[in-house]
Amino acid sequence: MTSTPASTVDRPPISGGNRHLGDRVFHGLTRGAGIVVLVIIVAIGVFLIQKAIPAISQDTTNFLTTKQWEPDNVPAVFGIAATAFGTLLSSVIALVIAGPIAIGIALYISEYAPRRLAKPVGYLVDLLAAVPSVVYGLWGLKFLVPYSGKFQQFLGDHLGWIPLFNLGKNGVVGRSVLIASLVLAIMILPIIAAITREIFLQVPQANREAALALGATKLEMIRYAVLPYSRSGITGALMLGLGRALGETIAIALVLSLAPTTTFHIIDANLGGNTIAANIAAQYQAAEPLGQKALIASGLVLFIITFAVNGLARYVVARGGRRAAAI
Amino acid sequence: MSTGPGPLAAGSMPARVELAGSGRRLTPLFRLAIAAATVVVTLLLFAVTPMQGRVDFVIFAIGLFAVLQTAISFATEGRRFALDRLLALFVHLALLAALIPLLAVIAYTVISGVKKLDLQFLTHNLTGIGPLDTNGGEYHAIIGTLEQVLITIVISVPLGLLVSIYITEYGRGALASSIRFVVDVMTGIPSIVAGLFIYAFLVLGLHQGYSGFAAALSLTILMLPVVVRSSEEMIKLVPDELREAAFALGVPKWKTILRVVLPTASAGITTGVMIAVARVTGETAPLLLTSFVSPATNFSALHGKQTAIPTFIFDQAGQGQEITYDRAWAAALTLIVIVLVLYAGARLLTRRNSLARR
Repeated sequence: MTSTPASTVDRPPISGGNRHLGDRVFHGLTRGAGIVVLVIIVAIGVFLIQKAIPAISQDTTNFLTTKQWEPDNVPAVFGIAATAFGTLLSSVIALVIAGPIAIGIALYISEYAPRRLAKPVGYLVDLLAAVPSVVYGLWGLKFLVPYSGKFQQFLGDHLGWIPLFNLGKNGVVGRSVLIASLVLAIMILPIIAAITREIFLQVPQANREAALALGATKLEMIRYAVLPYSRSGITGALMLGLGRALGETIAIALVLSLAPTTTFHIIDANLGGNTIAANIAAQYQAAEPLGQKALIASGLVLFIITFAVNGLARYVVARGGRRAAAI
Repeated sequence: MSTGPGPLAAGSMPARVELAGSGRRLTPLFRLAIAAATVVVTLLLFAVTPMQGRVDFVIFAIGLFAVLQTAISFATEGRRFALDRLLALFVHLALLAALIPLLAVIAYTVISGVKKLDLQFLTHNLTGIGPLDTNGGEYHAIIGTLEQVLITIVISVPLGLLVSIYITEYGRGALASSIRFVVDVMTGIPSIVAGLFIYAFLVLGLHQGYSGFAAALSLTILMLPVVVRSSEEMIKLVPDELREAAFALGVPKWKTILRVVLPTASAGITTGVMIAVARVTGETAPLLLTSFVSPATNFSALHGKQTAIPTFIFDQAGQGQEITYDRAWAAALTLIVIVLVLYAGARLLTRRNSLARR
């Protein structure tokens, strides 16, 4: 027993304490692979920070509050205010659209679907996750944007008094934040639906039967027997969906008309919008050395945001899972 | 059920004496009548008022049906059943709301893609082809995707398997739990950040320039955690009795893992790998930063720009011409076919997987 006593705690050594050479080699190999994973994540952090710091220090304006993105100008003027705003706005709208629908789908599969249909329907919804984001982007640009024109105009004409749907005097419908969010919503639907579905399926059947036996309708059964179990799981699933939406690049870069704005007028394609990820994809090719580093700095911000959201989501899901298992 | 404060504890459930079966209920026939009435009223409205359009018709009819049914149910059955019917309607509409985009994306891609997708398109590259020329194809992109994805598989499958074995069979304590946490975090890394890292490290940092290999490395960052997670799940499902039986026969642990545990879990692991491959095959953002695009066929993954199918689509769509959109759609169709075949293969394997059936 040398360096790794912990590994044999529940599986006693076979040949009287002398571990095989093969065992030691194999153990070392798997541990080395694990360490490689740690090295990768540390390297990602280190490299992004290393490139980001010189860029931010050469920025003549505040990196966090500036809207423009002109790092290769002299003096350099760039900030992530507009792109971070656009990232959060489009992702939150996507979540507001996709969340209820995904929970509805999960309820359908776990509570409403006939036994025979439940699994195939689950597969079909999972297929939504199989479609590559560049295809969603192309579809959003060539199908959703032209065919949603009437719908967006309708929103602008009749709900324009709500700031969100204001078209303004020169407003044009088309490649708007709303449509980008809609594409995002379709893309994050499957992950939210899949996790929520698994959590609903973990609820003991006895709870459902007990509620129904008390004369509850299906809605009451869901409300009093299924949802209390699943609350933290649903929260976690929604946050994982949000994390997915925050990092999406290509679909946004194709659908949205990119512009450095911070506006809540989400159907006005003249104002447009931008996200951190889409900005990187659109700018890096023409960027000069400082511009490249500036983009890496914005990528670091995106990395930190998604890291926080996903970490929190995992924590919430794990806690919910433990509680469900404990009952 | 425990007697503790569970979800059904006293107080959370309103006291009710009426039973679900009591009182008047809407019969299916009556609901059908409501639906028919809805359609008739909507037809009349669309004939008389300036409203028009098939999509508008469907949306309006569904909304009218929801209002009518809820109102009638409220009046005859009471609030509880009215709300119950509303939820049932919502849940079914939610399913439609997911299946319609799925169908729309696939159908529109097929319709737009077949226009250009022929043997000529599959066997030619874009050397010397301008945005307005009608010939040219995606041969170079297919080669690029094949090479990049193959390299990604060769790196991330063995590495991912080893990591999942460490987590499940060996790892205890801080190292194992931090690896588990990092793998979780890695599943959430935005693909553009993975690309940005390789770009900062290899392309800019080491002055290697764009290459298919750099692209494969960025894809590895995205594929590795998926492989680890799915293999971990599968290895956990292997019954301990199998391991104990092997140990009892004096088989060393490493041999038990390689000859007993992995073969038992192999179907599930393969499923996970195929789904992971399907996912990275469609990745675009990291490739833009690492292998970029080039009109010529580049067989060497180690040197120079190399187009893959996703970047081909993005590049062609970005040029905004009629013919480049056609090319983008044709490539999108090939990409969707590849990805769906991988998914279908994974599903077929799941059926044979005795572990996953539980």
